[in-house]
Order: sequence, then structure tokens, then C-alpha cells
Amino acid sequence: MTTAAREITWNHDLNRALEDAAARHRRVLLDFSAAPM
Amino acid sequence: MYTDPRVVSAVEDQFVPVRVHVKENRDEFQRLGAEYQAQWTPTILILDEAGEERHRIEGFLPADDFLSQLALGAAKAAFSAGDHGTAEQLFESVIASHPNTDAAPEAQYWAGVSRYKATNDPGALHATYRKFQERYNDSTWAKKASVWGG
Repeated sequence: MTTAAREITWNHDLNRALEDAAARHRRVLLDFSAAPM
Repeated sequence: MYTDPRVVSAVEDQFVPVRVHVKENRDEFQRLGAEYQAQWTPTILILDEAGEERHRIEGFLPADDFLSQLALGAAKAAFSAGDHGTAEQLFESVIASHPNTDAAPEAQYWAGVSRYKATNDPGALHATYRKFQERYNDSTWAKKASVWGG
């Protein structure tokens, strides 16, 4: 049995992410990207 | 950068990751790009809970260097929050974990500043100067610390 590779779960709403970060005592990583989707 | 499992773990375990894509999130990309002055891609910002920028990474980096910059950014965020004890530990961890990256000499500098801010002991700055005599002595950060050698 193979294990699926872990992937980053990206948020796209900064305000919601900041609320989540405050609740979990984390920082936000904001990525401005032009990478192929 | 994000294909390396170590990077994935670091991002998922330590941050709330937000991506705005130039095509897929055009309006947010432009709005936030103007707000944070992101003028190139990739630009990765580490923000505190108030949305204030605490560290910036511009351009691609290989995984090891990117990991060191994420760690440096987390340390800088702690420093900016006034948690100098935690900041010192995090800066020291950058040096221990990523000694051969560009982040390491910068972390050595800020570790010393964090200790000084936490203790008000100027000896911490002189100790940092001596550390730069032993390691990273050709770095820009060694030049910045040279004033503490007197």
C-alpha cells in the first residue's frame, strides 16, 4: 500500500486565514504565485 | 519549492498558508500585491496575526534554503512580537539546522540582539561579535556586528 504524498492545503482568503492564524497562534504564509496550475 | 516533503510539512505544521495566483485569483493578487508591494513572483511573505509583514522571500530558492528562510521568518515574527526569549531560541535553531545557508549569519546576528533585548546585557552583543570572528566572518552580518567589538 502506498501512502499519498502530503500536499499543502492552500487558503485563498487572507482575512479568514488571519483569523485562523490568531486562533491557532500561527503566522500566515502569503504566497504570490505565477506557477502553472 | 513546495514539492519537497520537508517544505510541505514545515508550511502545513507551522503556518496558515495562503496563495494568491496571478491568473486564478487575479483580483486578490492585484489588491494584495498593491497592499504588500509584491512586485515579483514568487514573493512569499510571513505575516503576523495582525497581517503585518515580518519576513519576505523574493524569488525561487532550493528546498534547504527555503526552509531556512521560513525558520528565519518565524524567528523574526517572534522578535517583532517582543518575545525575545523565544526569538533567540528560534534564531539559534536556524543556525543549528541550516548552518550553510544565507539565513545562518543573519540568524546569528539577531540571536545576539534578541539576547540583549531580553537581558539588557551589552555583553550579549560583544559575545555575538566574537561568534562572528569564529564563523561567518566574511558575511554582511559580521560587518554589522563589528561595531560591538570595542
